[in-house]
Amino acid sequence: MVEQVRKLLEKRVESVAELEKLRQSILDKKDSSRICISVCGGTACRASGAEAVVEAFVDEIERRELQVQVEMKETGCHGFCERGPLVVIEPKKIFYQQVKPEDVAEIIAETVMGDRVVERLLYVDPASGEKITYESDVPFYKRQTRTIFGANGEIDPTNIEDYIASGGYSALSKVLTGMKPQEVVDEIKKSGLRGRGGGGFPTGRKWQSCLDAKADIKYTICNADEGDPGAYQDRSLLEGNPHSVLEGMIIGAFTIGSHQGYIYVRNEYPLAVEHARIAIEQAMDYGLLGENILGSGFDLKVTINKGGGAFVCGESSALMASLEGKIGEPKAKYVHMSEKGLWDSPSLLNNVKTWANVPLIINKGADWFSKIGTTGSKGTMIFSLVGNINNTGLVEVPMGITLREMIFDIGGGIPNGKKFKAVQTGGPSGGCIPEQFLDTPVDFDELTKLGSMMGSGGMIVMDEDTCMVDVAKYFVEFLKGESCGKCTPCREGINRMSEILSRITQGKGKREDLDTLEDLAGILSAGALCALGQTAANPVMSTLRYFRDEYLAHIEQKKCPAGVCRELIRYSIDPDKCEGCLRCLRACPTGAITGEKREPHILNQGLCIKCGACYDVCKFNAVIRQ
Amino acid sequence: MDLTLDFPKVKAIVESSTEKVDSLIDSYAGNKEQLISLLQDIQAEFNYLPQDVLVKVSQKLDIPLSQVFSVVTFFRAFTLQPRGRHLVTVCLGTACHVKGGSRLVEKIERDYGIKPGGTTEDMRFSLETVNCLGCCALGPVVVVDGKYESKMNPDKLDRVLRSYK
Repeated sequence: MVEQVRKLLEKRVESVAELEKLRQSILDKKDSSRICISVCGGTACRASGAEAVVEAFVDEIERRELQVQVEMKETGCHGFCERGPLVVIEPKKIFYQQVKPEDVAEIIAETVMGDRVVERLLYVDPASGEKITYESDVPFYKRQTRTIFGANGEIDPTNIEDYIASGGYSALSKVLTGMKPQEVVDEIKKSGLRGRGGGGFPTGRKWQSCLDAKADIKYTICNADEGDPGAYQDRSLLEGNPHSVLEGMIIGAFTIGSHQGYIYVRNEYPLAVEHARIAIEQAMDYGLLGENILGSGFDLKVTINKGGGAFVCGESSALMASLEGKIGEPKAKYVHMSEKGLWDSPSLLNNVKTWANVPLIINKGADWFSKIGTTGSKGTMIFSLVGNINNTGLVEVPMGITLREMIFDIGGGIPNGKKFKAVQTGGPSGGCIPEQFLDTPVDFDELTKLGSMMGSGGMIVMDEDTCMVDVAKYFVEFLKGESCGKCTPCREGINRMSEILSRITQGKGKREDLDTLEDLAGILSAGALCALGQTAANPVMSTLRYFRDEYLAHIEQKKCPAGVCRELIRYSIDPDKCEGCLRCLRACPTGAITGEKREPHILNQGLCIKCGACYDVCKFNAVIRQ
Repeated sequence: MDLTLDFPKVKAIVESSTEKVDSLIDSYAGNKEQLISLLQDIQAEFNYLPQDVLVKVSQKLDIPLSQVFSVVTFFRAFTLQPRGRHLVTVCLGTACHVKGGSRLVEKIERDYGIKPGGTTEDMRFSLETVNCLGCCALGPVVVVDGKYESKMNPDKLDRVLRSYK
């Protein structure tokens, strides 16, 4: 026990000067020429088998007794999730993708001991067919500006010393030793930072009202209840660089005079919860959290709260209700959370990415930050580029980049030679943007003008096989399930929309339905209590605006042009193309397909449930979907 | 007040709380705001929320039972029904949706006769859907007992599920 206390005291950093000393001593121990194998340990790479790869490396390093020469590191998400598990060999940053445990011995023998590249594990640029050796040359990374996401691939998120070595907690030192609260707020205001969680509210203004609010108790909250389907950058950041978020929160808490912080994180993100927990513990041990932080006299406690799986809890007042142990129902917006939030105290709530931007702005200055981006939207944004796209993953780009650059240059375009149809941004509150607007610069205001929004940064790319009515129905169904039911426009309005859209996709729609949808949209945006309801019609309105002909095809011709809506399609087998391979016959769950080997098969429409299993397995394009 | 007296249905239910859960609830005693965290811990222990345990929670945390139930039924993460031996979660986030996630749910519905939220009669599988697991690059994703299965199709899913007895 005494020994433990002594160790803790040894670790504890009592002042800014001691933090610098610690940083220097960590850096002195580091040998920049030493080989370091970093394996991406984000959720996606883990799902692809990264943990087995890490084990294989550890075993192989031990077997060859290379522990001294070679460092092994499991880092946060590198972003290129499609290609995982990812391995980067430092210092040269040789980039291997889709690495399996059986590749490990060869990597050690060739690259680590022999300074040679294992060609077959390199990324091949689909555009040029060239093999790419270094991470920074991969087109997916090359066009990014990774200011808040870059460190993810370099530091071990479970080791605070890695973060400190990379300059971590120096922004906190700067604030604690030389800046008055108002100066911090002014710097944030000047930077032009806007909330990264969805609304895009100016962060500085929020901080100002929290600072101005007179109260003995104030709270600081990190919103990591990332509910937008198709967005996972908050998870990756909290998993991969939790201290950057924590440092932002400590600065925020000091600025407004708050001594209790909360991280509200989705329960579906177990690794993010774990890494945030470790980060808080280590920060406590090092005296960067808790009492008398860095000897400044400032105290702060941070607690993790796991969400209960309700999308509406991403809304600030619903989140705070949930923190109080109540059901997550939002409050009316005339109550400002910055004045009367958690337990009616002023509460400063920001998104994970917003918090992570704070230390950067303090360190590099508001001027540096505001040089990146567009007039109304400063800095970078992390997007999750997913759906029907070649390079799926997380990308950090300056605000103002065009959708085309994002989807075609970074994302590598649409797979399987299919045509681009739309990109959905902003989650269930956002909209679908068609091809003619691909050259639009991406920022808060431009996306809103197109009837969509920035949201949390999800970008779901859809190809020609996607039915836009079905997409609208998907989001409305999603929101129907997630509406908390407190206010009538949202509870009833979304239900009616869902009924109408279901009718249309079943071929039972009427022309007047489109007018009713528009009416309901107006009621929702004017009458709903919170943003969930106010924006609920966006997916419907944007698809109606840009893909009206698809709605009309469903209503008038009773056809689904994309071949998605089940009631409107039929499958058949082209006897000229069918080779009689029995594949579809075996795949059919209802026995609707009959036939002999090497004879064209026959599909019995009466038994067909239109599941599409035959269509998926046919190698000869003989299954026709109409 | 003894809440069980006012709630006759609960009395009939088998006593499912254990010492471990009792001490867990005790450790949260008086912390009303920790209700959701406590419920998560209890569900981790039982796989669901037994009613008699909820009554204890209500008493120890001094929260009306009605409020405990309102929280339990509001949040998706909680269930009042016992779950099967294996929990199958199909992601229906947008990226998984456009890649055919809902067809995986239909496949399980067909093969095992359960809908989302349901459990097979032999308690082998419980089926849940989730709005996004944040592994969009690997979609469609299915999680079985915490293990992520990526880039699924009905055929692959069939093989995966067969390996869980």
